Amino acid sequence: MQQEVAVVSTNTELTTPGKQHPRFFNYEFFYKWGTLFTIIATIAVFGLAIDGFLELNNILNILRSISIVTIIAIGMTVSLAVGGFDLSVGSVASVAGAISLSMFVWYCQGSFVAISVALLVAMLFGFINAILVVKIKIPDMLLTLATMFIYQGVALTYTQGSTISQNMVLPNGEFAVGKITNFFNSLGKIPWIIIIMLVIVAVVHFFLTYTKHGRYMYMVGGNIEAARLSGVDVNKYRIIAYLISAIFAAIGGIVLVSRIQTAEINAGAPYLMDAVAAAYIGLSFGGSGKPNAIGTFVGAILIGILQNGLVMLSVPYFAMDIAKGLVLVAALTLTYYKKK
Amino acid sequence: MTCNKVDKLTMSKISMEFPGVKALNNVDYEIETGTIHALIGANGAGKSTLMKTLVGVYQDYNGEIALNGQVLKIKSPKDAKDLGIEIVYQEVDTALIPYLTVAENVILEQYINNMGKKQLINWNRLYEESEEVLNKLNIKIATRKIVKELTLAEKQMVLIARAISKKCRFLILDEPTAALSQVETEELFRVVRELKEQNVGIVFISHRLPEVFAIADQITVMRDGEIVLQKQVGEINQIEAVESMMGRKIKQQQTIFKSKIGKKIFEVKNLSDRNKVRDINFAVHSGEIVAIAGLVGAGKTELCNALFGASPLKSGERLIANQPVHFDHPHQAVEYGLALIPEERRNQGIFINESVKTNITITNLEKYCQHDHFIDSRLERRTAREMIDQLGIKTTSEEVRVAFLSGGNQQKVVIGKWLITDAQIYIFDEPTKGIDVNAKNDLFELIKQLAQSGKAIIYASCDFQEILSIANRIYVMYDGKFIKEFLTESTTEEELLFYATGGGSCEYQH
Repeated sequence: MQQEVAVVSTNTELTTPGKQHPRFFNYEFFYKWGTLFTIIATIAVFGLAIDGFLELNNILNILRSISIVTIIAIGMTVSLAVGGFDLSVGSVASVAGAISLSMFVWYCQGSFVAISVALLVAMLFGFINAILVVKIKIPDMLLTLATMFIYQGVALTYTQGSTISQNMVLPNGEFAVGKITNFFNSLGKIPWIIIIMLVIVAVVHFFLTYTKHGRYMYMVGGNIEAARLSGVDVNKYRIIAYLISAIFAAIGGIVLVSRIQTAEINAGAPYLMDAVAAAYIGLSFGGSGKPNAIGTFVGAILIGILQNGLVMLSVPYFAMDIAKGLVLVAALTLTYYKKK
Repeated sequence: MTCNKVDKLTMSKISMEFPGVKALNNVDYEIETGTIHALIGANGAGKSTLMKTLVGVYQDYNGEIALNGQVLKIKSPKDAKDLGIEIVYQEVDTALIPYLTVAENVILEQYINNMGKKQLINWNRLYEESEEVLNKLNIKIATRKIVKELTLAEKQMVLIARAISKKCRFLILDEPTAALSQVETEELFRVVRELKEQNVGIVFISHRLPEVFAIADQITVMRDGEIVLQKQVGEINQIEAVESMMGRKIKQQQTIFKSKIGKKIFEVKNLSDRNKVRDINFAVHSGEIVAIAGLVGAGKTELCNALFGASPLKSGERLIANQPVHFDHPHQAVEYGLALIPEERRNQGIFINESVKTNITITNLEKYCQHDHFIDSRLERRTAREMIDQLGIKTTSEEVRVAFLSGGNQQKVVIGKWLITDAQIYIFDEPTKGIDVNAKNDLFELIKQLAQSGKAIIYASCDFQEILSIANRIYVMYDGKFIKEFLTESTTEEELLFYATGGGSCEYQH
């Protein structure tokens, strides 16, 4: 007891971040902007090595290819902001994609119905996640792992294990007559797919940084007990975060089926891990150390550039994940490496 | 017991210093097996430090420790264990492995050490042997139960059983009863007496005098790193014990805080929580500072949490301005104008990686929002700067992370965040913990100003001198209950300590 007091009282000198770690300036600087440098370096290397890498067409191609990952990762960023974790986003994307497409093809509905029903189901799934994590207090990682399987199964059961597409053969032997609307088709095409992504990044960035709700979410993620005792309705914001996560996963799933015109089995699943990677690469961006929308976007760009460049360099697809994993390791090293 | 030879452990001329503090000063202490020694003293008197030198936690001391006249070299806790000196700390959870069974926690370590070249654990033998150890003390806990599911008292029993599973000659119990109920305490005492019968020497550190008098053979009082009194239990009464813990008859007259006391703001009737707090009744008026005086484990923090809606109530009601109010979440309490400055500043009070500004405005962000949702960062920054000036928070800017502030300045930030709300009722839970003297004085000024501006203050602390210098009125808390109410001018530190150590049962004479 006395020792503690003594230590505290010798430590009353005020220190500022700059003064505290002069020797680690390089580290701090690298921590903040490392991701950006990596992107610039990657672009430089690919730009020199590959003809046409820096052409507008290819740049748009990269942006289009990362848009779905980005949208899903942005939702995940919000769940990370409250200190949670949502592994079910890939499955929710699958469900939302399948539902929206089935509305057109099976039930001959318009775009509004297709999109709203998909979003509503996703919100229900997000709400189930939230209640089980917040009220029943199941650890988020385990619970969303479980619901990941459930929602994946729901998607499979709903489509009866088949791919939904226009003119598909129905179980009764007839052809499906419903058509996908032009509006829905355009969502997955340039420029709309890129515009949707940019708008979502901007809106969520604004939400997290400039609204009181975003601030509360970061506080909950930073110190849940202090937030509770400061009068923040902690549970409300945790529930909202899981809802937002599911909604963006659903938007990602909708854009995905719009782009490829079919709802394949488990189409959303591969996006989960890329989304996790993007969000975690983004943690260190700009020195924020917190999950943030711009950082997540930058993380997704880095993954997209790598993937695009490696394809153009004819690196076989089966070796691609090695590169992706290595980049994630580098980003995590930046975030978690602690100065002695 | 087969062997009833009396062993004698002698500590002579033990001195020890922490930076800036003389923790132990020429202490002579002696323990014999087969007796129970109580070691009492106020917070920071050096009781735990003395025992930690004995069990090898601290090695930088002067003086020597001898067993039966033979000088010992205790260089680590393991050396002490090998000599049969064991300690059970108050924080039992750090010493147990929660997801293993009782049997494993009692003897696994020792069993594995004795296995030699054998590779397989004989589970039946493990359970049988641990059963034997528990039986020796008449402890009734199923050996196959998972430790996580035990009560605090049972966990303590497991630790005691572990200690005596090896050859144990001396057992030190550091505030073992602080968190126990009456029944559990009696059960513990039964085990302790059992150990005494088995010729173990026991050192019993406690704040609670009635218990000490009930169980100990010999009482030693420590104060400021020295032993000031050592008597057999029959030769001393509780009042003498309190006086020697204090070491002085109160001479200096405290300046008693006066303010204009207005109407009743907050009242509590028959409040009990599900844990420790029982049947609390009190009221606080505008402009009044009401202190809750109690030692560690009296239930002050539990009470503060219950008042603030941070822990569920079992019964009772809270009234604000004579109107009953119902809430069970802190965010509702805030709407009713309550504010809590919690005990664990780092874990419960501040956002360590956020800026001073963010920490200050968190309680009332609405006020700095346009159209209810969008933070007006210029207004927010200006408010933070005003608060920094008003409270004299030492920081270069409002954007500095609170991790870089001193403890006292962090505490000011925690208070500052409530000043921007319209809070009427402030609950302070041990606010001076871990802050230096200057910061303490600033803090007291601040609390007095709050009272003078008509707020109602509830101030819980175990530092009675501080309480006397700041409160108008004092409730003494012991074992979850208010047992006495005083006006500050009509009481003394001694008297508070007397009641806080459970002295309510016998008549107090000055």
